[in-house]
Amino acid sequence: MESLEQIRDRLLARFPGATVTLVTNPGVAAEHSLLLDAAHGAELALFLRDDPALQLDYCSNATGVDWPDKEITDVKKTTVPDPAGGAPKVVEEKTKHVEPGCLEAVYHLYSMALRHGPVVIRLRTANRSDQVKLPSLTPVWRSCDFQEREIYDLYGIVFEGHRDLRRLLMWEEFKDHPMRKDYVDPDDYEWEPTPHAAVLERAKAHYPVPPAATPPEAPKP
Amino acid sequence: MSELPSTPLPAPFPAAGNITDADREELRRHGILMTSLEELYNWGRSNSIWPLQFGLACCAIEMIAAATARFDIARFGAEIFRPSPRQADLMIVSGTVTKKMAPQVVRLWNQMPEPKYCIAMGACAISGGPFKQGYNVLKGVDRFIPVDIYIPGCPPRPEALLHGLMELQKQIKREHLTGADAARHTRPEVPSEFPIPAYGAHDLEPTMNPAVWKPAPPLPRSGKA
Amino acid sequence: MSVSDLSSFTPSSGPTVRAVKDPFHGDLLEVSMGPQHPSTHGVFRMVVTLDGEVVVKLKPVFGYLHRNHEKIAENTTYLGSMPYTDRLDYLCSMTTNWAYALAVEKLAGQAVPDRAQYLRVILAEMTRLVNHSCLVGFLFNDLGTSFTPLLYAFREREKILDLFEALSGSRMMCNFQRFGGCRVDPTPEWLAAASRLVDNYPRFLDEYETMLTANEIMLARTQGIGILDAKLAVNAGITGPCLRASGYNYDLRKVDGYGFYPRFDFKVPLGAHGDTYDRYMMRILEMRESVKILQQAFRDLPGGPVMDPKAKIRGFRPKAGEAYGRIESPKGELGFYLISDGTPNPYRYRVRPPSLINLTLLEEMCLGHTIADSVVILGSVDIVLGEVDR
Ligand code: SF4
Repeated sequence: MESLEQIRDRLLARFPGATVTLVTNPGVAAEHSLLLDAAHGAELALFLRDDPALQLDYCSNATGVDWPDKEITDVKKTTVPDPAGGAPKVVEEKTKHVEPGCLEAVYHLYSMALRHGPVVIRLRTANRSDQVKLPSLTPVWRSCDFQEREIYDLYGIVFEGHRDLRRLLMWEEFKDHPMRKDYVDPDDYEWEPTPHAAVLERAKAHYPVPPAATPPEAPKP
Repeated sequence: MSELPSTPLPAPFPAAGNITDADREELRRHGILMTSLEELYNWGRSNSIWPLQFGLACCAIEMIAAATARFDIARFGAEIFRPSPRQADLMIVSGTVTKKMAPQVVRLWNQMPEPKYCIAMGACAISGGPFKQGYNVLKGVDRFIPVDIYIPGCPPRPEALLHGLMELQKQIKREHLTGADAARHTRPEVPSEFPIPAYGAHDLEPTMNPAVWKPAPPLPRSGKA
Repeated sequence: MSVSDLSSFTPSSGPTVRAVKDPFHGDLLEVSMGPQHPSTHGVFRMVVTLDGEVVVKLKPVFGYLHRNHEKIAENTTYLGSMPYTDRLDYLCSMTTNWAYALAVEKLAGQAVPDRAQYLRVILAEMTRLVNHSCLVGFLFNDLGTSFTPLLYAFREREKILDLFEALSGSRMMCNFQRFGGCRVDPTPEWLAAASRLVDNYPRFLDEYETMLTANEIMLARTQGIGILDAKLAVNAGITGPCLRASGYNYDLRKVDGYGFYPRFDFKVPLGAHGDTYDRYMMRILEMRESVKILQQAFRDLPGGPVMDPKAKIRGFRPKAGEAYGRIESPKGELGFYLISDGTPNPYRYRVRPPSLINLTLLEEMCLGHTIADSVVILGSVDIVLGEVDR
């Protein structure tokens, strides 16, 4: 199979308006991926499927990933000359900015005909709140049908062009997208010590500290 | 009120409850079987418990295994798994009850005629089990319906299910038809149907049935906290 | 619908409605089967629209067993998810364990010793025997032979589960694989018992087949029912025996050659028609191939450790990165997609469930058949709800 760079170059040559970026995977597996732009996503995917050298006719896995907004502190150092004529001072200026997160859909493509793969493609939404639309790849690969519905259900990515975009796992009336990192699930725990510290903390907040927990007063001498 | 003649009343016919087991055993040696209607009724019921054919998750596979040749739940008269709740006496909640499934479970329970019993099989049905931290997992089926027998395990072995069934049989045999401690199904004032929770925007509404379930009192913790 | 329709690429709008009100046929009937239904294999639900007895529309409804496996796994350590993978496909815990271990090993670059590789093959193929024989039993249940074939299947299952229990301590939830090997080494007695069981397995298969394969009712109810077109199946991501029953040769044991499968000599059975009968035969033939693999594995099992001595169990933190590992589970391609951010918990943990994706074409397979046939078709697809809904 061609390398991802070659695929990218061919895609760019074929679709001059599109942007395709290589996302490297620093891990041991080194499964790099191609980030397609959302506007051309469906055409690019169709090309990948029908190109005779690639024939990625089988989309194995489609999944969502949530990348929450990140708060990043930049430190800007400026050298201020001392008006008194001494050595110039270094002033640190800290600014915080929020790097907007996104929702990402990841597709693992294989070729059953040529028996190669995977080619990993990703699509990213502009942000996590109101611009969460991505083109649906279900018309290209039917196997994305339920998986995109699941992503819509659990992450809230709206797939345009999906033939039947409804919640897959949760009920229709459900409002949240529970696989997002910032989802807070309804608090209905019984108190139970678990190794999960977060659960324990929430259980403590949920139930009042029982009276037995206050130490008995020390007997007066 | 006129004075009643003070003729001594005839000694009451000894009810089955008044005979000790030793007496009965003695009679049985002489070929006399003594029983009471209550006992006969309970004996019959406890040996033909028809479970609802209703599997939720992994534990259901062990429930099926209990019905197959090796464990053979038929020895206890409970092999007739009924697909319809109208014909079932026992609901074996075998598996994780999710919030999406909970209304259906309650509805099935409501559709079963009295007398009916419920076995919570497996950690999931008891408390949510390994999936307790899940957002869609009900933390125990006893939040909505009364449970008679809890069988711990993940999954409980088929033998454990049989043990649970035998415990249920013992419970049924102890039930009374009349009196202050009469069984649930003989008392019309005890509800046999429970409100079905609705799907809400974030959770089930309500999240539990306070008539059935009360949160466990917090365990006393050491003063360190 | 065929692939050529798909490649024209016109995003259709709204749900596809196939139920046309036909003035000659009176009203259509909408039936909701499940979530409590004896033939939906758990809590699967399908909303079927019927014209008389014929299915004109079928919509599966999922989520009644959605246990939030992925969310829980993202909040626990890598090893902490291993017992949860048992409960994904609860008939085949050994293969789900392996799929997960494979994905993590790929993520962390962990080597696996030879003996463990052989042991994994042995356990996976035994799992395949369990799964396929149970599936056939359930399929016949759906056909109306209440329980008898299932009794035979469960008799064999119990024998294999006894071995699993002797090895791992639990009948169903084995929790046996680790990153870099297996948990314990089987004793020579265990291996001898397992090998004896495998040698006797073809006898059971012969018995089973004598009863079932040429059964007249079976033939009438399954041949030509629920035909799955191979091209459409590829597009819809159908994998495993369902795909191969349509005649498409794609078996990850051959394609990826994961584990030590390239060292074994076995065939990939293929169907010709893609109907329910082929899907049934596929299971039987695969079991026969599994027996061959197992016999070779018992013969060649090397000595040595079952766990890489350098493998890290505690404080396991793979380098940041991602990996997708997949195996041929008895149901199809089971994959795990993991993203690590260098912490002890996976950042993203995703299961690619073959059972769910194999249902994509359920509607296409059932259209035009009677409702009783749709039950059989569902049975032949082989789903486990724990994996469908996760
Ligand atoms: S208790 Fe264990 S075996 Fe039973 S349903 Fe829950 S997870 Fe599955």
